Amino acid sequence: MSKADDRSSRKSTVVHWWHQRLTAVALIPLGLWLALSLPGLDLGSQAALVAWIREPMTAILLGLLALAGTYHSWLGVHEVLVDYVPDAAQFRVTLLLSLVAHVGVLAACLYAILRIVFGAA
Amino acid sequence: MSQATDAPRRPLSPHLQIYRWGITNTLSILHRGTGLVLSFGLVVLAAWLVAIASGPDAFAALSAVYGSLWFKLPLAGIVLSFFYHLANGIRHLIWDTARGFSHAAIRAGGIAVVLFALVATAVYVAVGMF
Repeated sequence: MSKADDRSSRKSTVVHWWHQRLTAVALIPLGLWLALSLPGLDLGSQAALVAWIREPMTAILLGLLALAGTYHSWLGVHEVLVDYVPDAAQFRVTLLLSLVAHVGVLAACLYAILRIVFGAA
Repeated sequence: MSQATDAPRRPLSPHLQIYRWGITNTLSILHRGTGLVLSFGLVVLAAWLVAIASGPDAFAALSAVYGSLWFKLPLAGIVLSFFYHLANGIRHLIWDTARGFSHAAIRAGGIAVVLFALVATAVYVAVGMF
């Protein structure tokens, strides 16, 4: 893989642009749903939140929100790094760190949702 | 084309202090800034879900942090960033359809986005979210 592939190959740029818009459109209803749901919940009660997340629609929407959110964030951070990290080696290292962080956050979200839905918590 | 000898020649974005500031470029960089805030917001969301999944004790420990006074400011920042990035993101999607590029539309849209973010955040505060 050449250096150009990381930053500026035409194909990957088009895919990046397109995926960013797709996740952006998905995040409009998903984000609004969470923002409108939170004020109606008893945020101080773990049991109430577990019951809420165990509703199938909640679990599905939270999972989709985590997926679209982390992917959109990963694409956005990539863009910022392309613009502001000139050194190729530094760019690769920060991009890798960003990937690890985003995969970690997504895994944590999905693990938590699955554990709440199927676990005894 | 060898990697070892081929130093990166890709131009950098001009650094921010180069620009003369106006409302349009301020709102533009705010889209990035709020986006990065929301990246950290995802960490806050993940930790919240993991705490809920880990049982009442873990949840109580996290609630003590999230409910504390020093955490309310960053939390408010995440909420404000969310509403701004949401509204301005919709503006970007409209621009993607090659519409709304007149001077008047850009200005009016920018003002609308800022007002929406402030009002929505104020409503969030008013319903007792902080």
